[in-house]
Amino acid sequence: MDNLPFALENGLTEKEYKIIITKLSREPNKNEIGVIAAMWSEHCSYKSSKFYLNQLPTRGKRVIQGPGENAGIIDIGDNQCLVFKIESHNHPSFIEPYQGAATGVGGILRDVFTMGARPIALMNSLRFGNPKKNSTKRLIKEVVSGIAGYGNCMGIPTVGGEIYFDNSYKGNPLVNAFALGITKKNKIFKGRADGPGNPVFYLGAKTGKDGIKGAIMASDIFESEKNLDKPTVQIGDPFKEKLLLEACLELFNTEGIIGIQDMGAAGLTSSGSEMASRSNNGILLDLDKVPKRDLDISAYEMLLSESQERMLLVLNKKNRKNINKIFKKWNLDSTQIGEVISKKNFIVKYNNKVVVDIPVSILTKGCPIYKRPIKKPKSIKGLKKINNANLKKTKYDLKNLLIKLLKDENICSREWIYNQFDYMVGTNTITVPGSDSAVIRIKGTKKGVCLTTNCNSSYCNLDPNIGTSIAVAESCRNIIASGGEPLAITNCLNFGNPENSEIMWQFVESIKGLSKAAKIFKTPVVSGNVSLYNENKQGSIHPTPVISMVGLIDDIKYLKNQWFKNEDDDILLIGKLKNDFAGSQVLKYINLKHKITSPLTLNIKKHLEINNFIYKIIRKFDIASIHDISEGGLLIAIAESCFNPEKLIGATIDQKMLNTDNELKMFAETQGCYIVSAKKSESTKIKSFAKKNNINVRIVGTVGGDALSIKDSFSLKVSKLYDIWRQSFPS
Amino acid sequence: MKLLNNIKLKLKMRKINFGIIQFPGSNCEQDCFNVIKNILKQNCKYIWHDLNSFRNIDCIIIPGGFSYGDYLRTGAIAAQSKISSKIKNFANQGGTVVGICNGFQILTELKLLPGILLRNKSLNFICKNTFIKVENNETRFTNLYEHNQAIRIPIAHAEGNFYLNKNEIDSIKKNSQIIFTYCDSEGNSTFESNPNGSILNIAGLSNKNGNVLGLMPHPERASEKILGNVDGKKLFESIINYIN
Repeated sequence: MDNLPFALENGLTEKEYKIIITKLSREPNKNEIGVIAAMWSEHCSYKSSKFYLNQLPTRGKRVIQGPGENAGIIDIGDNQCLVFKIESHNHPSFIEPYQGAATGVGGILRDVFTMGARPIALMNSLRFGNPKKNSTKRLIKEVVSGIAGYGNCMGIPTVGGEIYFDNSYKGNPLVNAFALGITKKNKIFKGRADGPGNPVFYLGAKTGKDGIKGAIMASDIFESEKNLDKPTVQIGDPFKEKLLLEACLELFNTEGIIGIQDMGAAGLTSSGSEMASRSNNGILLDLDKVPKRDLDISAYEMLLSESQERMLLVLNKKNRKNINKIFKKWNLDSTQIGEVISKKNFIVKYNNKVVVDIPVSILTKGCPIYKRPIKKPKSIKGLKKINNANLKKTKYDLKNLLIKLLKDENICSREWIYNQFDYMVGTNTITVPGSDSAVIRIKGTKKGVCLTTNCNSSYCNLDPNIGTSIAVAESCRNIIASGGEPLAITNCLNFGNPENSEIMWQFVESIKGLSKAAKIFKTPVVSGNVSLYNENKQGSIHPTPVISMVGLIDDIKYLKNQWFKNEDDDILLIGKLKNDFAGSQVLKYINLKHKITSPLTLNIKKHLEINNFIYKIIRKFDIASIHDISEGGLLIAIAESCFNPEKLIGATIDQKMLNTDNELKMFAETQGCYIVSAKKSESTKIKSFAKKNNINVRIVGTVGGDALSIKDSFSLKVSKLYDIWRQSFPS
Repeated sequence: MKLLNNIKLKLKMRKINFGIIQFPGSNCEQDCFNVIKNILKQNCKYIWHDLNSFRNIDCIIIPGGFSYGDYLRTGAIAAQSKISSKIKNFANQGGTVVGICNGFQILTELKLLPGILLRNKSLNFICKNTFIKVENNETRFTNLYEHNQAIRIPIAHAEGNFYLNKNEIDSIKKNSQIIFTYCDSEGNSTFESNPNGSILNIAGLSNKNGNVLGLMPHPERASEKILGNVDGKKLFESIINYIN
């Protein structure tokens, strides 16, 4: 075991190294260790999560491609399909925030266009520590500029996203990037290497020494801030990617493409071996032919480089003539670097010598799947039911609470961020950032695509199972409120160190909650990513299973947004507010004390009934606005509805009509509730329709004036509240 | 009466031939194409940067984007490409040229328009709706707008902070070359309504001859009701109106 120290240095364990020797019947050389270690890293192999991921519902009548490919694909009719995925770039974004975030966007875009789709929308999901600290401010600024720098240059609109702050993300920021593309059903390309003898082409930017061992770094925890490994972070060039995108899309219109995959984590190694594996073939790569940026780059470095903007393509040998012409036009490299072989090995030549020769199956399927120990943490136990008597004893001022919540970093306007993203390019964004879900129209059709991303990690920290179900439920609500039908999920599961049994418990519970909700809401999981080891000496992040959901509006005449529009419209509350304060925002500002912490609750079946009801009333009645109730509860939802960017408008809420036993319920975060505004004549019809459908509907107030008023309590100018909400972002 | 004249004009109008320049890194060309072809039903074609000539074109549009990745300086490399010298000839012979956003930056690099576009005062990329005032409606680009009308058109740029030295400012003022200025919704040119720090709130200006226009706001993003903004459509209609 001469090379054991080198294997350990590459992140393999001694046990894993012994398995490799047994499988190979010999000791691997150093290049082979590098290749295997990258493929067996948590990031590439999903060794701690795979067993559980297999439990997720991944099928449905619209699913064309589930997990296992570069991205998931769903059918939206008219021979059109949507290709989408979310992926983490947490570790690189902590080391080098601008480039880490930028290449996160670049990587997810390649995952989408490698499947033949033109990307039409981006979103992101971000988490940081205390935003008042200068170090956090710098991180936010750099991450936001990195995302903007890449997405804006590519000319793909960043239409939505979410950002939350919590101390658990101090030193563990999360940067998850989502991309969505559109293609025709008969123009889908996959990462395959069929047909021994077919040539393997290298496309795009040259290979340099950046991002080497990035996948291994991303599977580790940060010991200290001083030893951060900058060369493991990739450097992005969005201009090159734009050229690569256009060149690939042009290539896809020609004949003879067998398969294509982007060189993401573990670069040449992963793309080559995964493509061969899917086709049950082998692959031969000649590193001497790889276009290089550094002439003194070694075989080991080339195999593990994560230089950006590169693709690997397998072409039918009869169809080589188009490729050089197209890539020359876009001023990019396209070089044959190898071929598909029938021997099922991953073979690499360098200086005319074979430097790697290992069975493909060892790389892609050889890694042991761990069923790591799980243990329920003690701190979660002992949550008691909330009781009204205690609530009534609590002292608070309703007006001040509203102002504090509007100022809260997790509720205030995100305009400072999204104004740095070009959310309009492409002229398809028909609901801009700021409403429940972003909506993209599909030119030439009546269809609209709804996009949203959610995860309340305070909920998930209290109960990862229900918390994750709630992330699915909220995503559904966002889409339903925009007039759409929720279709499918892509997720990014961000957790701490899986070797800690309590973290593993969180992960397993979260998967259970995701599976349950995805099944009942009929939103299968079609793609995703797991990011573990998000922890440092101070501790682990809250469980953060980010859910991104895609929905469809069959006819954009049903498009709705959250903003109140007309004087004298009735305000209706759909669903019933309960004492749901677990993990709620208002708890930060009232002194409820630990003894009355309530459990999280979610009735998924009832929630689905309410969703279906909303979907129907949008199509049956004339509705001015719909907004779902989430963080901050009813009163925040009402305030947000007043903040119509076209024209601010007031509202009056009558507590008697609300019929709550305590007014604090106006901040409860009960799941499955919506605010609807409509003309009085329509609201009567909605009420009687609700009665027939056994849905709880109450008229709770009226739109109009220039103040947000609670009858017999307070009245505040909407313009003042709007300024508070808009100017509180800690930029 | 004006409306009636417009309708009469429309009946007589021939289809105008627009040419949209495509540089590596352009990314608003499809949005311009969509408005011209699908909304305004005119003829439209793309012109690749590597071509030596273009023919039968009534109006050239240089679209927004990041030509050559904005490397070196925005618009600087595009100004050196083959097609740019042809655009220069076309403009010098009186041809109609519109540069939007990156197109405006390229026009200043080509010296077809005076001034330079610096980094925004905030140093950030800014994407949002802005109001701009039509300072001069007696041009081929603005003849269907009212004088001093405030129109809503979005911006999306990091380098839109227009700068010009004092002598040149006097000269463009004298020649009525200032076409659009940032303003509030009432049409007042205020400090608050200037999103990027441009001198005199300038959002768009023409050359001395009035045949070349550069503007930072994106009229092609404001030409359809479904996008919430329609005020940009009249800019293209003005050109069609003028050429007819």
